[in-house]
Amino acid sequence: MKKDTRSLLVCQGSMCISGKSRAIQEALEKKVAGTQMDGDVEVKLIGCHGFCQQGPLVIVEPEATCYTGVTVEDVDDIVQSDLRDGQVVERLLFHDPETGSPIASYHDIPFYGAQTKLLLRHCGLINPEDIDDYLGVGGYEALGSVLERPDGREVLAELKASQLRGRGGGGFPAWRKWEACLDADGDEKFVVCNADEGDPGAFMDRSILEGDPHAVLEGMSIAGFTVGARKGYIYVRAEYPLAVERLRVAIDQARRRGYLGSDILGSGFSFDVEVFLGAGAFVCGESTALTLSIEGKRGLPKAAPRPRTTEVGLFDKPTLLNNVKTFAFVPLILAQGGEWFARIGTEGSKGTATFALSGHVVNCGLIEVPMGITLRKIIYEIGGGVPEGKAFKAVQTGGPSGGCLPESFLDTPVDYDSLLQAGSMMGSGGMVVMNEDTCMVDVARYFLQFTERESCGQCVHCRLGTKQMLTILEEITRGEGKPGDVEFLVQIGEAVNAGSLCGLGQSAANPVLTTIRYFLDEYEAHIVEGRCPARSCKALISFQILPDKCIGCMLCAKACPVDAIAGERKSVHVIDQGKCIRCGMCEEACPSRYSAVERTSGSLAEGGEEA
Amino acid sequence: MRVHDLTIDGVAVSAPEGTTVLDAARKKGIYIPHLCDRPDLKPVGVCRMCTVEVEGKGLVISCKTPVRDGMVVRTESEGVSKVRQVALELLIADHDSDCLTCAKDTNCSLQRVARHVGVDSPRLARIRRERDRRPLDTSNPFFDFDPNRCILCGICVRTCDELQNINAIDYTFRGTKTLIAGFGNRPRIETNCESCGECVVRCPVGALVPKDSRQPSKLVRTICSFCGCGCGMLLGVRDGEIVSAAGDFKNPASRGRLCVKGRYGYRYVNSPERLTTPLVKRDGEFIPVGWDEALDLVAEKFSESMGDSFATIASAKCTNEENYVVQKFTRVVMGTNNIDHCARL
Amino acid sequence: MKERLEQVFSAHAGTSAELIPILQQVQEEFGYLPEEAMESIARFLRVPASRVYAVASFYAQFRFSPMGRHKVSVCTGTACHVKGADRVLDGVERVLGVSEGETTEDGEYTLETVACIGCCGLAPVLTIDDEAHGRLTPQGADRLFAKGEDSRQ
Repeated sequence: MKKDTRSLLVCQGSMCISGKSRAIQEALEKKVAGTQMDGDVEVKLIGCHGFCQQGPLVIVEPEATCYTGVTVEDVDDIVQSDLRDGQVVERLLFHDPETGSPIASYHDIPFYGAQTKLLLRHCGLINPEDIDDYLGVGGYEALGSVLERPDGREVLAELKASQLRGRGGGGFPAWRKWEACLDADGDEKFVVCNADEGDPGAFMDRSILEGDPHAVLEGMSIAGFTVGARKGYIYVRAEYPLAVERLRVAIDQARRRGYLGSDILGSGFSFDVEVFLGAGAFVCGESTALTLSIEGKRGLPKAAPRPRTTEVGLFDKPTLLNNVKTFAFVPLILAQGGEWFARIGTEGSKGTATFALSGHVVNCGLIEVPMGITLRKIIYEIGGGVPEGKAFKAVQTGGPSGGCLPESFLDTPVDYDSLLQAGSMMGSGGMVVMNEDTCMVDVARYFLQFTERESCGQCVHCRLGTKQMLTILEEITRGEGKPGDVEFLVQIGEAVNAGSLCGLGQSAANPVLTTIRYFLDEYEAHIVEGRCPARSCKALISFQILPDKCIGCMLCAKACPVDAIAGERKSVHVIDQGKCIRCGMCEEACPSRYSAVERTSGSLAEGGEEA
Repeated sequence: MRVHDLTIDGVAVSAPEGTTVLDAARKKGIYIPHLCDRPDLKPVGVCRMCTVEVEGKGLVISCKTPVRDGMVVRTESEGVSKVRQVALELLIADHDSDCLTCAKDTNCSLQRVARHVGVDSPRLARIRRERDRRPLDTSNPFFDFDPNRCILCGICVRTCDELQNINAIDYTFRGTKTLIAGFGNRPRIETNCESCGECVVRCPVGALVPKDSRQPSKLVRTICSFCGCGCGMLLGVRDGEIVSAAGDFKNPASRGRLCVKGRYGYRYVNSPERLTTPLVKRDGEFIPVGWDEALDLVAEKFSESMGDSFATIASAKCTNEENYVVQKFTRVVMGTNNIDHCARL
Repeated sequence: MKERLEQVFSAHAGTSAELIPILQQVQEEFGYLPEEAMESIARFLRVPASRVYAVASFYAQFRFSPMGRHKVSVCTGTACHVKGADRVLDGVERVLGVSEGETTEDGEYTLETVACIGCCGLAPVLTIDDEAHGRLTPQGADRLFAKGEDSRQ
């Protein structure tokens, strides 16, 4: 990068790409090439910049100007106004939702303000498809210095000093695994990176692979040197084609530059990495299932007691298996020192946590925060709160293994132990915010449906227990719940958690148990009153047209897919409840200035009173 | 070998290194409920029924936990009963309930576990509901497979893999859709299944049952007459007729195993088409004769064909010793080396 | 079929650990896993045919029947769920006249659900042949296919 050069960074994380950011980049390149600026301005793609809600993003560096919601049509303005005339294109800036005033630099946008970017430090800064960009920010220097040492003991010491805990969700101290694998007997060992990010609502690992793939490769190589492995595998979900493509590009470049392959940097150490595509099984995120999957078998977790993966892992060889984020942290920890890392975060949880913030929150996106930050700060300061003036109801972390925490837990610090204590868990980093319109029984049903589908089917508790809990939850959301169901759910849920064979089953009941613990009234409303307080469960709601609000515009009648709405133009419409399938199309079609379609739950005879 | 001393439910138990808690209990006559464990197969720990509590360790499955010196094992505790009672109810709710007409009635592991563990009736009633029925596989001439009674313990799969090395069946699909099936979920008879029936013998419930399920009134210990292997077997007899054949687990040569012929090929004994006297062809027709007469005729004909005009084909149904005598007879008495052996049973 | 399979096999050594990549490539080639192909894979890798089927049926990616010309995947990840993915799915099912996992009679679309494509910021999302369409409403889903059909005519 030349000095004085300005960079136009075009975010090409998956979300911006679906907003056509590839075309934006092409248009920018074409536009710049036709001007005298060519040579002074570089247009480059970057990985996820984080502010997905506002994508597609174009960033102008070094000014840090952040253009949001960019389309191909905006390219002319950006090039002519900003690059040529030095005039920031105000209409494309982020506008403060409260004051309405534009904010030019992303440093000043609250979404970025409360974040601490360590793991994501290169995401949105470097071109993930160009190894020179990674080298330009000090990439592979940590590997270089590690390779000059006699063995991996010093790396281990740094890792120990950093107190880094594995980022896969469980939070096992990383150095312990590394040490166990180093000490394990065996002439052949493996390093495996778990990128089988299957939690619904999580995209941190994918964003790192897409935005900074070399950091993962460097971390794996350092691991290989430390434990004495010559071969690494990255197990990536097949649903992540872009991550796979960027990884393959990165591996290819690293091999050609001598950072992977035989005799790395002339040190005599050889290490190579292979990408393995998962074939669609959530349970393969479990370490023993993952290694069996690479071996070409069904991904069935092995029952404990069993030898640790660090002793008997892939192909029955000692194997170091860590999450994407754990490996990506390693080069940074070695560059800055373990003690530096340990100064960030809380007593028991060091460093930062990465979350995919989504759901009913103003700013969806990829964020990184120091451990110990409160949920409130994440949701309200970074996330911008709950949109459309709705009330907050719950926040879900830990995916299908985690739980839903209510408002009273908003001041809980985010770290491994606090979340666990609250009944949820850190998980690998999904954080889904739910507003008052979310039915918590339905959320539990949703997660159980997921787990039931993804259960490998080996052990009785998980295979049949999740099925039974799901069936009961389905009945409750249909208004067919029976007295005593909550108790049965708790009994079955506790047995499933205590009796299941692997981590997936042992946490399968968590979504049910936490929603019962914190939202028992919603269960009771469904079971006893046949009412869904959030007015979300289809079988328990009805739609009506309010005669005093309806102007007879016919929009709802046209939208209704089953012709359940009768009424002439300019006369009040009526919904035939017998025909209505409760799809909600009428509610959506009714212009908001009339809001004549009302959604109710509970007895219609009582005039649709709601909670 | 090192011996470990432990207690199970307060009873002192000694077992050599490598023994599992479940095996140690079994040898001591302490019953720990289990469904997927078989002493002749590797433990997988999927039924969770053998959960016990080990002091200092909490709940563990006894089929995979090795004995340790000083271990204190309890097969009954609040935690244990919670885990296994729910597991049992889940299995029962997912299982046919017509025990009286099931061929495995009174000989069923699930029944035994249910008697031992007991159920919470209201809870079981809540989770028991109409199920989608899966089609039976009756394609095999000797046994039927009923997935509606299958508890997915995997014993059949492991038997076919670990003991028989045939791998005709495996777990297919996953979760509640899991089904034990052969390639392409084709009928058993169209797979590479050799119908040895080892899986049928080991099935702990009524999922795999022989088509011929008449119960014998007495068992006769004998050696299989099909080939020279000499597998031990127990023939079930009822009203003078053989109605079943089972491997003799006490036989050191075969250790309980039989092939398709030994296990299911006993019907010829009572077949009306079976030859019971020698037949001699006279004027184009077979006439029953006595053994002396028949053997005299054979000897007479043999002596007319000494030397290389004579050849012997021996049978794999004979023992090694019998085959030795045959070749000796052929070479020394008949004076020829024209000897072959079918050896293709 | 034989030649196409051999083309796939030629890039592999024939060890059992290659089963999943080979299944993926064979499916790429044929659009699904024909039984004949799975039997060939078993012979090539010298593993029991039952195991090839066991593995193929375990993973959601593999299919035993041909797909429609276009794949529609409705994301049912958590973020999409709380933002109404069920209603979007209902809407798509209604428009296409098929249920999840089925293919339209004309062989045009196969409808699937996916447990999160990681575009949570766009929730609710569906993809048509890997192109993501975000912030959907049931009506929006209707329009998506109405438009799609027009453009193909």
